[in-house]
Amino acid sequence: MVMIETKAERMVINMGPHHPSMHGVLRLIVTLDGENVVDCEPVLGYLHRSMEKIAENRTVTQYLPYVTRWDYLATMFTEAITVNAPERLADVNVPRRARYIRMIMLELSRIASHLLWLGTFVADIGAQTPFFYVFREREMIYDLFEAATGMRMMHNYFRIGGVAADLPYGWVEKCEDFCNYFFPKVDEYEKLISNNPIFRRRVEGLGTIGKDEAINWGLSGPMLRGSGVKWDLRKVDHYELYDELDWDVQWETSGDCLARYFVRVREMRESAKMILQCLKQLPGGAYENLEAQRVLGGPKSEWTGFDYQFIGKKPSPTFKVPKGEHYVRVEAPKGELGVYLIGEDSVFPWRFKIRPPGFVNLQVLPQLVRGMKLADIMAILGSIDIIMGEVDR
Amino acid sequence: MDNGIDLQQSLIEWLTGLNVAPGVAKAIWMPIPMIAMVLIVTVGALVCTWLERKISAAAQQRIGPEYAGPFGILIPFADVGKLLVKQDIIPAKADPVLFTMGPVVVFVSVFLCFLVVPFGENLVISNLGTGIFFIISISSLAPIGLLMAGYSSNNKYSLLGGLRAAAQSISYEIPLALAALAVAMMSNGLSTVDIVNQQAEYGILSWNIWRQPIGFVIFIIAALAECERMPFDLPEAEEELVAGYQTEYTGMKFALFYGGSYANLLLSGLLVSVLYLGGWELPFPIDKLAEVLNISPANSVWQVLAATVGIAVTLTKTYLFIFFAVLLRWTVPRVRIDQLLDLGWKFLLPVGLANLLITAALKLTFPGFFGG
Repeated sequence: MVMIETKAERMVINMGPHHPSMHGVLRLIVTLDGENVVDCEPVLGYLHRSMEKIAENRTVTQYLPYVTRWDYLATMFTEAITVNAPERLADVNVPRRARYIRMIMLELSRIASHLLWLGTFVADIGAQTPFFYVFREREMIYDLFEAATGMRMMHNYFRIGGVAADLPYGWVEKCEDFCNYFFPKVDEYEKLISNNPIFRRRVEGLGTIGKDEAINWGLSGPMLRGSGVKWDLRKVDHYELYDELDWDVQWETSGDCLARYFVRVREMRESAKMILQCLKQLPGGAYENLEAQRVLGGPKSEWTGFDYQFIGKKPSPTFKVPKGEHYVRVEAPKGELGVYLIGEDSVFPWRFKIRPPGFVNLQVLPQLVRGMKLADIMAILGSIDIIMGEVDR
Repeated sequence: MDNGIDLQQSLIEWLTGLNVAPGVAKAIWMPIPMIAMVLIVTVGALVCTWLERKISAAAQQRIGPEYAGPFGILIPFADVGKLLVKQDIIPAKADPVLFTMGPVVVFVSVFLCFLVVPFGENLVISNLGTGIFFIISISSLAPIGLLMAGYSSNNKYSLLGGLRAAAQSISYEIPLALAALAVAMMSNGLSTVDIVNQQAEYGILSWNIWRQPIGFVIFIIAALAECERMPFDLPEAEEELVAGYQTEYTGMKFALFYGGSYANLLLSGLLVSVLYLGGWELPFPIDKLAEVLNISPANSVWQVLAATVGIAVTLTKTYLFIFFAVLLRWTVPRVRIDQLLDLGWKFLLPVGLANLLITAALKLTFPGFFGG
């Protein structure tokens, strides 16, 4: 049979760096055939600030205030990895109380990051309203951060050997209140979004990536767990004291945008659950109790012991990164955030290679959007969850 | 017109009483309803923008406009003032003629439709015998304007937005027309006034929504798509096309698009109230009330009262629809273009056709209930 074929000229459209849904300054050069995406080429580097080079002539203490600009939505993780790398190289011991405080902060930060992701993801599909709901909850997390660290986003809270300050009076109770308030709110989001037929049709079966492919592309975080790989560095690497908590790795098998959505939403619940456990198990309990016990027990009491400190030993400004090299990673909300550190027994690291999860996860985008519709680019990009600050560094 | 107030007649009579020639008196009358209509529609559209801000604010746990007048009711005027004094930019490589004509075509076609929309028995500019047909045909001019705007802007987002607008309007015009046709079939006429009168007899029970539930749903979906409202606002999808065909527009040209889209929403609300919710009719027949109260329907005070109530009732029904549309916009995500076209062609069109056939069959079987 002879088919009459019409051939439309392809349109090359330049999305970004200024575009409402490019999450900052990502630029996509998209080739369109009508509404169908033929090709897509991401262009990076509009937010490149030489983060790694700058690290090479700063001491860790000097560099710490700057690292929160990598992933400015999951700030605690960037600080954690910057501190963990030299800490492990120098074999610095961290008190248990400090570790617990770190876990609380990390999980709060994970919730904040996932919340903002949820808002932007649903907004990318067209529903603007949930954005305001997630900001309501995120604001509370930032208030907690502000109370403990003095800053809402750029905390500079982690230190080699612990954290910068102990939890203030009443913080533990406030944090507990937040967690208990948070569970019904997640149910509320799910009620609004999860079963919305338009939402389901927009994301179900979209941007599917299989198990093997996800591993081969080097994906991590919810991208990997959404594709049926039960891989969470908190379980795999046993860092901090996550083993002392009772929690599960959230994962899905379908590998589409919906799976990633479910993984992240459930992770929020899981994180809140972990924070509640941490608050209960926090050595010494709330700061006021710990102080009272210290005063009561006198200078020789067990309460002045190492594990009840918020920091092991005040770090010296001339802390030397020992000779040696290693790779340290944490499970950030976006995936595996790692640092490859080479020390030269000098105050500056010789090399400070950052492995940002967003950068690695983003590379799969062109393959996922090819053959999809124009509107799917936003849904898929939203489900990858990138932050240009860490992609470009 | 046998009953109800006739403003035209009274004014002409009053003017001829002042020794003005009847022809001149008629000429004096002519621009009055037109200007009144343009003003009413503009104000109605401005109210819509205010409602949009306030309702979206409530949905998003915000306050919304607060300082411009009580509850921010002056914010639409501030908007218009801002747009009026804004620099009017025509992009260097755009086609200036088409670029200017685009918004004008859209705006005029929407406003022309209001010619046949009744606010009351005699509160309609022209009771055309082809009322609904007129609205459907004139409003289908709008996509031409959108296409013009999208094509002439010399911007790829605009072009895609214009094409989407055209595709969307064409696909949803047909279910819209089919739904309206079923109503027209029951009323034995296309005139908007006839359609309302036919729903008057038993108050709320005789409204078309009970006899045309499927048609009502089809009409609402198609009307939302015609207005380019969420979840069908693909032509101006912000996350995909920046602002679609409006991307390059500023100042008064943008205001024409903006006002036109809200006027279109108002028009859809009025059509829903006229076609399905009994127009200016109260949930109980107002003439029966006159009988109970022992007032002659010809009493002039009663007539003024009834006309006022009629306008209020029409507007209430209209803004109910608008409230629904606004709430929907801030609740649901956007559909994709292929899903939109699938819904239009593969679902609404066959269902609309079936609805039309069922209506015809029922009309033949039960002439009493379905307008014999």
